Amino acid sequence: MSTHATHVQALYRKELRDYRHNGYILGTMATIPLGILVFPLILVLALPASAASTFQAGDPLVILLGIPALVPSILAGYAVVGEREQGTLEPVLTTPIRREELVLAKALAALVPSLTVAYVVYALFLTITRLFAQPAVASAVLQVPDVLVQVIFTPLIALLSIWVCIAISTRSNDVRVAMQLGAVTGLPVLLVVYLITFSVIPATLGLAVGIGAALLILDGIGWRLVSSLFNRERLITSTR
Amino acid sequence: MSAARVAAITGKRSGPALSAQDLAKRFGDRVAFQDVSFEIGYGEVFGFLGPNGAGKTTTVRTLGTLIAPTSGSATVAGLPLTPENGVAIRQRISIMPEAPGLYLRLTVRENLECFAGLYALPDAHQRIDRALQAVNLAGRANDPCGKLSKGLRQRVSLARALLNDADVLFLDEPTSGLDPVAAREVHDLIDGLRRQGVTIFLTTHRLEEAERLCDRVALLNTTLRAIGRPAELRDQLFAKTLAVSTVVPLPDPGVVFGSLPAVKSWQQTVAGDYILTVTDTTVAAPVVTRALVAAGADVLSIAVSQHTLEDVYLELIDEDVEAGTKAGTK
Repeated sequence: MSTHATHVQALYRKELRDYRHNGYILGTMATIPLGILVFPLILVLALPASAASTFQAGDPLVILLGIPALVPSILAGYAVVGEREQGTLEPVLTTPIRREELVLAKALAALVPSLTVAYVVYALFLTITRLFAQPAVASAVLQVPDVLVQVIFTPLIALLSIWVCIAISTRSNDVRVAMQLGAVTGLPVLLVVYLITFSVIPATLGLAVGIGAALLILDGIGWRLVSSLFNRERLITSTR
Repeated sequence: MSAARVAAITGKRSGPALSAQDLAKRFGDRVAFQDVSFEIGYGEVFGFLGPNGAGKTTTVRTLGTLIAPTSGSATVAGLPLTPENGVAIRQRISIMPEAPGLYLRLTVRENLECFAGLYALPDAHQRIDRALQAVNLAGRANDPCGKLSKGLRQRVSLARALLNDADVLFLDEPTSGLDPVAAREVHDLIDGLRRQGVTIFLTTHRLEEAERLCDRVALLNTTLRAIGRPAELRDQLFAKTLAVSTVVPLPDPGVVFGSLPAVKSWQQTVAGDYILTVTDTTVAAPVVTRALVAAGADVLSIAVSQHTLEDVYLELIDEDVEAGTKAGTK
Protein backbone atom coordinates (compact mmCIF):
# COMPACT_ATOMS: atom_id res chain seq x y z
CA MET A 1 0.00 0.00 0.00
CA SER A 2 1.92 3.02 -1.22
CA THR A 3 0.84 6.45 -0.05
CA HIS A 4 1.62 9.88 -1.34
CA ALA A 5 2.22 12.19 1.62
CA THR A 6 1.28 15.27 -0.42
CA HIS A 7 -2.17 13.86 -1.15
CA VAL A 8 -2.79 13.08 2.52
CA GLN A 9 -1.44 16.45 3.60
CA ALA A 10 -3.61 18.35 1.10
CA LEU A 11 -6.83 16.78 2.27
CA TYR A 12 -5.83 16.95 5.93
CA ARG A 13 -5.03 20.66 5.63
CA LYS A 14 -8.34 21.26 3.92
CA GLU A 15 -10.17 19.61 6.82
CA LEU A 16 -8.35 21.70 9.40
CA ARG A 17 -9.07 24.87 7.44
CA ASP A 18 -12.71 23.89 7.35
CA TYR A 19 -12.73 23.52 11.15
CA ARG A 20 -11.00 26.87 11.49
CA HIS A 21 -13.57 28.61 9.30
CA ASN A 22 -16.38 27.06 11.35
CA GLY A 23 -15.52 27.53 15.01
CA TYR A 24 -18.68 25.72 16.10
CA ILE A 25 -17.21 22.39 14.98
CA LEU A 26 -14.42 22.43 17.57
CA GLY A 27 -16.53 24.33 20.08
CA THR A 28 -19.21 21.67 20.11
CA MET A 29 -16.55 18.95 20.18
CA ALA A 30 -15.52 20.21 23.61
CA THR A 31 -19.06 19.96 25.02
CA ILE A 32 -19.19 16.19 25.57
CA PRO A 33 -15.75 16.01 27.25
CA LEU A 34 -16.67 18.79 29.63
CA GLY A 35 -19.78 16.81 30.56
CA ILE A 36 -17.70 13.69 31.14
CA LEU A 37 -15.26 15.73 33.25
CA VAL A 38 -17.93 16.64 35.81
CA PHE A 39 -18.34 13.20 37.42
CA PRO A 40 -14.65 12.45 38.17
CA LEU A 41 -14.12 16.02 39.33
CA ILE A 42 -16.97 15.76 41.85
CA LEU A 43 -15.58 12.39 42.88
CA VAL A 44 -12.14 13.83 43.53
CA LEU A 45 -13.06 17.19 45.03
CA ALA A 46 -15.71 15.81 47.40
CA LEU A 47 -13.44 13.12 48.82
CA PRO A 48 -11.96 13.73 52.28
CA ALA A 49 -8.23 13.11 52.78
CA SER A 50 -9.00 10.08 54.93
CA ALA A 51 -10.65 8.34 52.01
CA ALA A 52 -7.69 8.74 49.63
CA SER A 53 -6.63 5.17 50.24
CA THR A 54 -9.99 3.86 48.95
CA PHE A 55 -9.05 4.82 45.39
CA GLN A 56 -8.49 2.07 42.90
CA ALA A 57 -5.53 2.85 40.66
CA GLY A 58 -6.42 5.77 38.43
CA ASP A 59 -10.20 5.48 38.83
CA PRO A 60 -11.16 9.06 37.88
CA LEU A 61 -8.69 9.08 35.02
CA VAL A 62 -10.17 5.86 33.64
CA ILE A 63 -13.55 7.56 33.37
CA LEU A 64 -11.95 10.22 31.23
CA LEU A 65 -10.98 7.55 28.70
CA GLY A 66 -14.55 7.82 27.49
CA ILE A 67 -13.57 11.13 25.87
CA PRO A 68 -11.42 9.76 23.04
CA ALA A 69 -14.10 7.14 22.38
CA LEU A 70 -16.87 9.68 21.92
CA VAL A 71 -15.30 12.92 20.71
CA PRO A 72 -14.08 11.85 17.23
CA SER A 73 -17.31 10.05 16.36
CA ILE A 74 -19.04 13.14 14.99
CA LEU A 75 -16.14 14.23 12.77
CA ALA A 76 -15.37 10.71 11.59
CA GLY A 77 -19.02 9.86 11.06
CA TYR A 78 -19.38 12.88 8.81
CA ALA A 79 -16.08 12.32 6.97
CA VAL A 80 -17.23 10.49 3.83
CA VAL A 81 -21.01 10.60 3.72
CA GLY A 82 -20.98 14.27 4.69
CA GLU A 83 -18.75 15.18 1.77
CA ARG A 84 -20.87 13.03 -0.44
CA GLU A 85 -24.06 14.82 0.57
CA GLN A 86 -22.37 18.20 0.09
CA GLY A 87 -21.32 17.17 -3.43
CA THR A 88 -17.65 17.71 -2.67
CA LEU A 89 -16.61 14.06 -2.74
CA GLU A 90 -16.79 13.52 -6.50
CA PRO A 91 -14.28 16.27 -7.40
CA VAL A 92 -11.85 14.78 -4.87
CA LEU A 93 -12.31 11.31 -6.31
CA THR A 94 -11.46 12.59 -9.80
CA THR A 95 -7.92 13.41 -8.59
CA PRO A 96 -5.08 10.89 -8.28
CA ILE A 97 -5.67 10.38 -4.55
CA ARG A 98 -5.87 6.71 -3.58
CA ARG A 99 -8.60 5.48 -1.28
CA GLU A 100 -6.02 4.56 1.38
CA GLU A 101 -4.72 8.14 1.30
CA LEU A 102 -8.19 9.64 1.46
CA VAL A 103 -9.17 7.48 4.42
CA LEU A 104 -5.91 8.24 6.22
CA ALA A 105 -6.31 12.00 5.72
CA LYS A 106 -9.85 11.84 7.05
CA ALA A 107 -8.71 9.81 10.07
CA LEU A 108 -5.89 12.21 10.88
CA ALA A 109 -8.22 15.18 10.54
CA ALA A 110 -10.53 13.63 13.13
CA LEU A 111 -7.71 12.35 15.35
CA VAL A 112 -5.69 15.53 15.85
CA PRO A 113 -8.49 17.79 17.15
CA SER A 114 -9.90 14.91 19.21
CA LEU A 115 -6.54 14.33 20.89
CA THR A 116 -6.16 18.05 21.48
CA VAL A 117 -9.56 18.25 23.14
CA ALA A 118 -8.92 15.10 25.21
CA TYR A 119 -5.49 16.21 26.42
CA VAL A 120 -6.74 19.72 27.25
CA VAL A 121 -9.54 18.19 29.35
CA TYR A 122 -7.03 15.88 31.08
CA ALA A 123 -4.81 18.86 31.80
CA LEU A 124 -7.80 20.72 33.17
CA PHE A 125 -8.68 17.77 35.41
CA LEU A 126 -5.12 17.39 36.66
CA THR A 127 -4.78 21.11 37.34
CA ILE A 128 -8.08 21.38 39.21
CA THR A 129 -7.28 18.24 41.19
CA ARG A 130 -3.81 19.53 42.11
CA LEU A 131 -5.19 22.93 43.15
CA PHE A 132 -8.47 22.10 44.85
CA ALA A 133 -8.52 18.46 45.97
CA GLN A 134 -7.23 17.33 49.36
CA PRO A 135 -3.44 16.88 48.95
CA ALA A 136 -3.67 13.22 49.92
CA VAL A 137 -6.43 12.65 47.35
CA ALA A 138 -4.48 14.56 44.71
CA SER A 139 -1.41 12.44 45.38
CA ALA A 140 -3.49 9.26 45.10
CA VAL A 141 -5.01 10.36 41.79
CA LEU A 142 -1.99 11.88 40.14
CA GLN A 143 0.21 8.81 39.92
CA VAL A 144 2.73 9.05 37.06
CA PRO A 145 2.07 5.50 35.76
CA ASP A 146 -1.68 6.18 35.67
CA VAL A 147 -1.21 9.44 33.80
CA LEU A 148 1.15 7.67 31.41
CA VAL A 149 -1.42 4.97 30.71
CA GLN A 150 -3.93 7.73 30.07
CA VAL A 151 -1.66 9.45 27.58
CA ILE A 152 -0.90 6.21 25.74
CA PHE A 153 -4.46 4.82 25.66
CA THR A 154 -6.07 8.02 24.47
CA PRO A 155 -4.83 7.93 20.83
CA LEU A 156 -5.38 4.17 20.64
CA ILE A 157 -9.01 4.46 21.70
CA ALA A 158 -9.59 7.56 19.57
CA LEU A 159 -8.18 5.88 16.47
CA LEU A 160 -10.30 2.78 16.93
CA SER A 161 -13.38 4.94 17.29
CA ILE A 162 -12.37 6.85 14.16
CA TRP A 163 -11.90 3.73 12.03
CA VAL A 164 -15.28 2.36 13.08
CA CYS A 165 -16.99 5.70 12.39
CA ILE A 166 -15.31 6.18 9.01
CA ALA A 167 -16.32 2.65 8.08
CA ILE A 168 -19.90 3.55 8.93
CA SER A 169 -19.59 6.84 7.04
CA THR A 170 -18.22 5.02 4.00
CA ARG A 171 -21.11 2.58 3.86
CA SER A 172 -23.89 4.92 4.95
CA ASN A 173 -26.07 6.95 2.63
CA ASP A 174 -27.30 9.44 5.19
CA VAL A 175 -25.10 11.70 7.27
CA ARG A 176 -27.55 11.70 10.18
CA VAL A 177 -27.57 7.91 10.38
CA ALA A 178 -23.79 7.81 10.16
CA MET A 179 -23.31 10.31 12.97
CA GLN A 180 -25.84 8.63 15.24
CA LEU A 181 -24.34 5.20 14.67
CA GLY A 182 -20.90 6.74 15.15
CA ALA A 183 -21.89 8.06 18.55
CA VAL A 184 -23.19 4.61 19.55
CA THR A 185 -19.84 2.98 18.72
CA GLY A 186 -18.25 4.75 21.69
CA LEU A 187 -20.58 2.98 24.12
CA PRO A 188 -18.66 -0.34 24.38
CA VAL A 189 -15.54 1.58 25.39
CA LEU A 190 -17.57 3.55 27.93
CA LEU A 191 -18.96 0.27 29.27
CA VAL A 192 -15.45 -1.16 29.80
CA VAL A 193 -14.36 2.12 31.39
CA TYR A 194 -17.22 2.06 33.88
CA LEU A 195 -16.77 -1.64 34.65
CA ILE A 196 -13.16 -0.86 35.56
CA THR A 197 -14.17 2.22 37.54
CA PHE A 198 -16.69 0.28 39.60
CA SER A 199 -14.20 -2.59 40.09
CA VAL A 200 -16.29 -5.11 38.17
CA ILE A 201 -13.16 -5.61 36.09
CA PRO A 202 -10.04 -5.27 38.25
CA ALA A 203 -7.57 -2.72 36.88
CA THR A 204 -4.29 -4.58 36.64
CA LEU A 205 -1.10 -4.14 34.66
CA GLY A 206 -1.89 -7.29 32.74
CA LEU A 207 -5.29 -5.95 31.75
CA ALA A 208 -3.77 -2.68 30.61
CA VAL A 209 -1.15 -4.47 28.50
CA GLY A 210 -3.77 -6.80 27.06
CA ILE A 211 -6.18 -4.04 26.11
CA GLY A 212 -3.32 -1.91 24.79
CA ALA A 213 -2.10 -4.72 22.55
CA ALA A 214 -5.60 -5.41 21.28
CA LEU A 215 -6.14 -1.74 20.47
CA LEU A 216 -2.80 -1.57 18.65
CA ILE A 217 -3.72 -4.54 16.47
CA LEU A 218 -7.22 -3.25 15.77
CA ASP A 219 -5.90 0.22 14.89
CA GLY A 220 -3.32 -1.37 12.59
CA ILE A 221 -5.84 -3.39 10.62
CA GLY A 222 -8.45 -0.64 10.82
CA TRP A 223 -6.81 1.42 8.08
CA ARG A 224 -6.68 -1.50 5.65
CA LEU A 225 -10.17 -2.65 6.50
CA VAL A 226 -11.78 0.76 6.12
CA SER A 227 -9.84 1.40 2.89
CA SER A 228 -11.17 -1.84 1.48
CA LEU A 229 -14.72 -0.72 2.29
CA PHE A 230 -14.21 2.52 0.36
CA ASN A 231 -15.77 1.93 -3.04
CA ARG A 232 -15.58 4.85 -5.47
CA GLU A 233 -18.29 3.54 -7.73
CA ARG A 234 -20.78 2.90 -4.95
CA LEU A 235 -20.08 6.30 -3.42
CA ILE A 236 -20.60 8.05 -6.74
CA THR A 237 -23.60 6.19 -8.07
CA SER A 238 -25.54 4.71 -5.16
CA THR A 239 -28.48 6.68 -3.85
CA ARG A 240 -29.80 4.15 -1.35
CA MET B 1 -1.57 26.08 -21.00
CA SER B 2 1.54 27.38 -22.70
CA ALA B 3 2.17 27.13 -26.43
CA ALA B 4 5.18 24.96 -25.65
CA ARG B 5 2.96 22.55 -23.77
CA VAL B 6 0.45 22.44 -26.60
CA ALA B 7 3.26 21.66 -29.00
CA ALA B 8 4.58 19.04 -26.64
CA ILE B 9 1.21 17.36 -26.33
CA THR B 10 0.24 17.48 -29.96
CA GLY B 11 3.70 16.74 -31.27
CA LYS B 12 5.07 14.07 -28.98
CA ARG B 13 1.95 12.06 -28.27
CA SER B 14 0.96 9.50 -30.81
CA GLY B 15 -2.42 7.86 -31.02
CA PRO B 16 -5.70 9.27 -29.87
CA ALA B 17 -6.14 11.33 -26.72
CA LEU B 18 -9.22 9.34 -25.96
CA SER B 19 -10.71 6.26 -27.52
CA ALA B 20 -13.52 3.87 -26.69
CA GLN B 21 -14.39 0.56 -28.27
CA ASP B 22 -17.83 -0.95 -27.61
CA LEU B 23 -17.78 0.58 -24.17
CA ALA B 24 -20.81 -0.19 -22.01
CA LYS B 25 -21.99 0.29 -18.46
CA ARG B 26 -24.94 -1.43 -16.86
CA PHE B 27 -26.32 -1.07 -13.36
CA GLY B 28 -28.05 -4.41 -12.87
CA ASP B 29 -30.65 -4.65 -15.61
CA ARG B 30 -30.49 -0.96 -16.44
CA VAL B 31 -28.27 0.04 -19.33
CA ALA B 32 -26.55 3.38 -18.69
CA PHE B 33 -24.85 3.34 -22.09
CA GLN B 34 -23.68 0.71 -24.55
CA ASP B 35 -21.90 0.26 -27.88
CA VAL B 36 -19.99 3.49 -27.45
CA SER B 37 -17.03 3.73 -29.80
CA PHE B 38 -15.06 6.81 -30.82
CA GLU B 39 -11.61 8.28 -31.15
CA ILE B 40 -10.60 11.80 -30.21
CA GLY B 41 -7.33 13.37 -31.26
CA TYR B 42 -5.14 15.62 -29.14
CA GLY B 43 -6.24 19.23 -29.36
CA GLU B 44 -9.76 18.33 -30.42
CA VAL B 45 -12.91 19.65 -28.76
CA PHE B 46 -15.40 16.82 -28.78
CA GLY B 47 -19.04 17.41 -27.92
CA PHE B 48 -20.98 14.60 -26.27
CA LEU B 49 -24.65 15.39 -26.70
CA GLY B 50 -27.76 13.71 -25.49
CA PRO B 51 -30.95 14.17 -23.54
CA ASN B 52 -31.13 13.84 -19.77
CA GLY B 53 -30.50 10.24 -18.74
CA ALA B 54 -28.76 9.39 -22.00
CA GLY B 55 -25.63 8.21 -20.18
CA LYS B 56 -23.35 11.20 -20.78
CA THR B 57 -22.26 11.70 -17.18
CA THR B 58 -21.85 7.97 -16.65
CA THR B 59 -19.61 7.85 -19.71
CA VAL B 60 -17.47 10.67 -18.31
CA ARG B 61 -17.29 8.95 -14.93
CA THR B 62 -16.29 5.71 -16.64
CA LEU B 63 -13.56 7.35 -18.72
CA GLY B 64 -12.47 9.23 -15.60
CA THR B 65 -11.97 5.91 -13.73
CA LEU B 66 -14.64 6.72 -11.16
CA ILE B 67 -16.72 3.75 -12.20
CA ALA B 68 -15.73 0.57 -14.00
CA PRO B 69 -17.14 -0.28 -17.43
CA THR B 70 -19.21 -3.44 -17.70
CA SER B 71 -17.68 -4.30 -21.07
CA GLY B 72 -15.63 -2.83 -23.87
CA SER B 73 -12.29 -1.09 -23.76
CA ALA B 74 -10.91 2.42 -23.81
CA THR B 75 -7.71 4.40 -23.67
CA VAL B 76 -7.55 7.68 -21.80
CA ALA B 77 -4.65 10.08 -22.30
CA GLY B 78 -2.69 7.24 -23.88
CA LEU B 79 -3.31 4.72 -21.10
CA PRO B 80 -5.58 1.68 -21.24
CA LEU B 81 -8.61 2.10 -19.01
CA THR B 82 -7.88 -0.49 -16.33
CA PRO B 83 -8.17 -0.41 -12.53
CA GLU B 84 -4.36 -0.57 -12.29
CA ASN B 85 -4.03 2.61 -14.36
CA GLY B 86 -6.61 4.54 -12.34
CA VAL B 87 -4.18 6.79 -10.49
CA ALA B 88 -1.98 7.41 -13.56
CA ILE B 89 -5.02 8.27 -15.69
CA ARG B 90 -6.44 10.62 -13.09
CA GLN B 91 -3.05 12.33 -12.92
CA ARG B 92 -3.25 13.06 -16.66
CA ILE B 93 -6.85 14.16 -16.90
CA SER B 94 -9.12 16.66 -15.27
CA ILE B 95 -12.86 16.47 -14.74
CA MET B 96 -15.15 19.38 -14.13
CA PRO B 97 -18.32 17.78 -12.76
CA GLU B 98 -21.73 19.24 -13.42
CA ALA B 99 -22.01 20.48 -9.82
CA PRO B 100 -18.98 22.56 -8.82
CA GLY B 101 -18.62 20.72 -5.47
CA LEU B 102 -16.59 23.46 -3.82
CA TYR B 103 -15.82 23.74 -0.14
CA LEU B 104 -18.04 26.70 0.57
CA ARG B 105 -16.42 27.81 3.83
CA LEU B 106 -12.99 27.83 2.23
CA THR B 107 -11.76 30.66 0.04
CA VAL B 108 -11.26 30.28 -3.69
CA ARG B 109 -7.51 30.02 -3.20
CA GLU B 110 -7.84 27.49 -0.38
CA ASN B 111 -10.04 25.32 -2.58
CA LEU B 112 -7.47 25.42 -5.36
CA GLU B 113 -4.59 24.79 -2.93
CA CYS B 114 -6.31 21.63 -1.77
CA PHE B 115 -6.60 20.32 -5.31
CA ALA B 116 -3.09 21.41 -6.26
CA GLY B 117 -1.98 19.21 -3.35
CA LEU B 118 -4.15 16.33 -4.49
CA TYR B 119 -2.39 16.51 -7.88
CA ALA B 120 0.94 16.91 -6.04
CA LEU B 121 1.79 19.88 -8.27
CA PRO B 122 5.30 21.18 -7.64
CA ASP B 123 4.66 24.83 -8.52
CA ALA B 124 1.23 25.12 -6.97
CA HIS B 125 1.18 28.86 -6.32
CA GLN B 126 2.08 29.82 -9.88
CA ARG B 127 -0.44 27.36 -11.29
CA ILE B 128 -3.18 28.66 -9.01
CA ASP B 129 -2.42 32.23 -10.06
CA ARG B 130 -2.48 31.21 -13.72
CA ALA B 131 -5.75 29.32 -13.36
CA LEU B 132 -7.36 32.24 -11.53
CA GLN B 133 -6.25 34.64 -14.22
CA ALA B 134 -7.56 32.31 -16.92
CA VAL B 135 -11.05 32.43 -15.44
CA ASN B 136 -10.83 36.12 -14.48
CA LEU B 137 -11.04 35.43 -10.77
CA ALA B 138 -7.69 36.73 -9.56
CA GLY B 139 -9.44 39.50 -7.67
CA ARG B 140 -11.73 37.08 -5.82
CA ALA B 141 -9.04 34.64 -4.68
CA ASN B 142 -9.60 35.32 -1.00
CA ASP B 143 -13.40 35.29 -1.08
CA PRO B 144 -15.15 32.33 0.54
CA CYS B 145 -16.72 30.20 -2.18
CA GLY B 146 -20.02 30.26 -0.33
CA LYS B 147 -20.33 33.96 -1.08
CA LEU B 148 -19.87 33.56 -4.84
CA SER B 149 -22.70 33.47 -7.37
CA LYS B 150 -23.45 30.24 -9.23
CA GLY B 151 -21.63 31.52 -12.30
CA LEU B 152 -18.54 32.42 -10.31
CA ARG B 153 -18.56 29.03 -8.59
CA GLN B 154 -18.62 27.43 -12.01
CA ARG B 155 -15.58 29.50 -12.93
CA VAL B 156 -13.78 28.34 -9.78
CA SER B 157 -14.64 24.78 -10.74
CA LEU B 158 -13.14 25.40 -14.18
CA ALA B 159 -10.02 26.94 -12.62
CA ARG B 160 -9.70 23.81 -10.49
CA ALA B 161 -9.88 21.69 -13.64
CA LEU B 162 -7.13 23.76 -15.26
CA LEU B 163 -4.66 23.35 -12.40
CA ASN B 164 -2.88 20.23 -13.60
CA ASP B 165 -2.61 21.15 -17.32
CA ALA B 166 -4.49 17.96 -18.11
CA ASP B 167 -3.94 16.07 -21.34
CA VAL B 168 -7.69 15.60 -21.54
CA LEU B 169 -10.19 17.93 -19.92
CA PHE B 170 -13.69 16.59 -19.26
CA LEU B 171 -16.34 19.26 -18.88
CA ASP B 172 -19.65 17.81 -17.75
CA GLU B 173 -22.51 20.21 -18.47
CA PRO B 174 -20.35 23.25 -17.67
CA THR B 175 -23.17 25.73 -18.21
CA SER B 176 -25.93 23.77 -16.55
CA GLY B 177 -28.19 26.07 -14.55
CA LEU B 178 -26.35 29.24 -15.53
CA ASP B 179 -28.06 32.36 -16.81
CA PRO B 180 -27.26 33.40 -20.40
CA VAL B 181 -24.59 35.91 -19.36
CA ALA B 182 -22.80 33.47 -17.08
CA ALA B 183 -23.12 30.75 -19.71
CA ARG B 184 -21.57 33.02 -22.30
CA GLU B 185 -18.65 33.70 -19.98
CA VAL B 186 -18.04 29.98 -19.62
CA HIS B 187 -18.34 29.58 -23.40
CA ASP B 188 -15.68 32.24 -23.87
CA LEU B 189 -13.40 30.44 -21.43
CA ILE B 190 -13.84 27.12 -23.23
CA ASP B 191 -13.31 28.86 -26.53
CA GLY B 192 -10.06 30.23 -25.16
CA LEU B 193 -8.95 26.74 -24.13
CA ARG B 194 -9.87 25.45 -27.59
CA ARG B 195 -7.67 28.06 -29.19
CA GLN B 196 -4.84 26.97 -26.91
CA GLY B 197 -5.15 23.42 -28.20
CA VAL B 198 -6.52 21.76 -25.06
CA THR B 199 -8.25 18.43 -25.69
CA ILE B 200 -11.77 18.81 -24.37
CA PHE B 201 -14.53 16.28 -23.92
CA LEU B 202 -17.64 18.40 -23.48
CA THR B 203 -20.93 16.88 -22.44
CA THR B 204 -23.93 19.07 -22.91
CA HIS B 205 -27.52 19.14 -23.99
CA ARG B 206 -27.16 22.74 -25.11
CA LEU B 207 -26.87 22.36 -28.83
CA GLU B 208 -25.85 25.89 -29.64
CA GLU B 209 -23.01 25.39 -27.17
CA ALA B 210 -21.79 22.30 -28.98
CA GLU B 211 -22.25 23.88 -32.40
CA ARG B 212 -20.20 26.88 -31.37
CA LEU B 213 -17.42 25.14 -29.48
CA CYS B 214 -16.93 21.63 -30.82
CA ASP B 215 -14.89 20.31 -33.73
CA ARG B 216 -16.89 17.10 -33.71
CA VAL B 217 -19.91 15.89 -31.83
CA ALA B 218 -21.39 12.56 -30.86
CA LEU B 219 -25.02 12.06 -30.09
CA LEU B 220 -25.74 9.60 -27.29
CA ASN B 221 -29.09 8.24 -26.34
CA THR B 222 -27.93 5.21 -24.35
CA THR B 223 -26.32 4.06 -27.60
CA LEU B 224 -24.24 6.26 -29.87
CA ARG B 225 -26.63 7.57 -32.54
CA ALA B 226 -24.31 9.69 -34.64
CA ILE B 227 -20.79 11.04 -34.67
CA GLY B 228 -19.09 13.60 -36.88
CA ARG B 229 -18.65 17.29 -37.57
CA PRO B 230 -21.86 19.26 -37.09
CA ALA B 231 -21.94 20.13 -40.81
CA GLU B 232 -21.42 16.48 -41.78
CA LEU B 233 -24.28 15.38 -39.56
CA ARG B 234 -26.53 18.01 -41.08
CA ASP B 235 -25.63 16.83 -44.57
CA GLN B 236 -26.15 13.19 -43.62
CA LEU B 237 -29.58 13.80 -42.18
CA PHE B 238 -31.01 16.60 -44.22
CA ALA B 239 -31.25 17.19 -47.94
CA LYS B 240 -29.75 20.40 -49.30
CA THR B 241 -32.61 22.79 -49.84
CA LEU B 242 -33.32 26.29 -51.11
CA ALA B 243 -36.14 28.42 -49.73
CA VAL B 244 -37.70 30.54 -52.47
CA SER B 245 -40.21 33.30 -51.83
CA THR B 246 -42.08 35.29 -54.51
CA VAL B 247 -44.44 38.25 -54.18
CA VAL B 248 -47.16 36.52 -56.19
CA PRO B 249 -47.49 32.73 -56.38
CA LEU B 250 -46.10 31.29 -59.59
CA PRO B 251 -48.88 30.32 -62.03
CA ASP B 252 -47.13 27.05 -62.87
CA PRO B 253 -44.18 26.34 -60.54
CA GLY B 254 -43.73 22.88 -62.04
CA VAL B 255 -42.73 24.42 -65.35
CA VAL B 256 -40.20 26.75 -63.69
CA PHE B 257 -38.57 24.28 -61.25
CA GLY B 258 -39.27 20.94 -62.94
CA SER B 259 -37.11 21.69 -65.93
CA LEU B 260 -33.99 22.50 -63.90
CA PRO B 261 -31.49 19.59 -63.57
CA ALA B 262 -30.09 21.08 -60.32
CA VAL B 263 -33.51 20.81 -58.65
CA LYS B 264 -34.40 17.30 -57.53
CA SER B 265 -37.86 18.12 -56.18
CA TRP B 266 -39.93 21.01 -54.97
CA GLN B 267 -42.93 21.74 -52.82
CA GLN B 268 -45.02 24.79 -52.05
CA THR B 269 -45.36 25.50 -48.32
CA VAL B 270 -47.66 28.55 -48.41
CA ALA B 271 -48.71 30.71 -51.32
CA GLY B 272 -45.55 32.11 -52.88
CA ASP B 273 -43.14 30.10 -50.71
CA TYR B 274 -41.35 27.05 -52.12
CA ILE B 275 -38.83 24.58 -50.74
CA LEU B 276 -36.51 23.14 -53.41
CA THR B 277 -34.43 20.04 -52.80
CA VAL B 278 -31.25 20.49 -54.83
CA THR B 279 -28.06 18.61 -55.60
CA ASP B 280 -25.76 21.50 -54.71
CA THR B 281 -26.94 24.80 -53.34
CA THR B 282 -24.10 26.85 -54.85
CA VAL B 283 -24.92 25.51 -58.34
CA ALA B 284 -28.68 25.57 -57.95
CA ALA B 285 -29.18 29.05 -56.46
CA PRO B 286 -28.03 31.05 -59.55
CA VAL B 287 -29.85 28.67 -61.91
CA VAL B 288 -33.10 28.98 -59.97
CA THR B 289 -32.73 32.78 -59.82
CA ARG B 290 -32.31 32.98 -63.59
CA ALA B 291 -35.29 30.66 -64.17
CA LEU B 292 -37.52 32.76 -61.90
CA VAL B 293 -36.49 35.99 -63.61
CA ALA B 294 -37.07 34.40 -67.02
CA ALA B 295 -40.55 33.33 -65.88
CA GLY B 296 -41.31 36.93 -64.90
CA ALA B 297 -41.60 36.19 -61.17
CA ASP B 298 -41.13 38.96 -58.61
CA VAL B 299 -38.57 37.30 -56.37
CA LEU B 300 -38.60 38.27 -52.68
CA SER B 301 -35.79 35.99 -51.54
CA ILE B 302 -33.79 32.89 -52.32
CA ALA B 303 -31.96 31.41 -49.39
CA VAL B 304 -30.12 28.24 -48.52
CA SER B 305 -32.11 26.47 -45.79
CA GLN B 306 -29.95 26.34 -42.67
CA HIS B 307 -30.36 23.21 -40.59
CA THR B 308 -28.93 23.54 -37.14
CA LEU B 309 -27.41 20.92 -34.90
CA GLU B 310 -30.66 21.14 -33.01
CA ASP B 311 -32.48 19.88 -36.11
CA VAL B 312 -30.07 16.95 -36.28
CA TYR B 313 -30.50 16.26 -32.58
CA LEU B 314 -34.28 16.41 -32.68
CA GLU B 315 -34.43 14.26 -35.79
CA LEU B 316 -32.36 11.51 -34.17
CA ILE B 317 -34.02 11.70 -30.78
CA ASP B 318 -37.46 11.70 -32.40
CA GLU B 319 -36.47 8.55 -34.26
CA ASP B 320 -35.61 6.94 -30.93
CA VAL B 321 -38.89 8.07 -29.39
CA GLU B 322 -40.85 6.70 -32.36
CA ALA B 323 -38.93 3.43 -32.25
CA GLY B 324 -39.62 3.18 -28.53
CA THR B 325 -43.30 3.87 -29.04
CA LYS B 326 -43.58 1.25 -31.78
CA ALA B 327 -41.75 -1.30 -29.65
CA GLY B 328 -44.08 -0.50 -26.77
CA THR B 329 -47.24 -0.99 -28.82
CA LYS B 330 -46.15 -4.33 -30.28
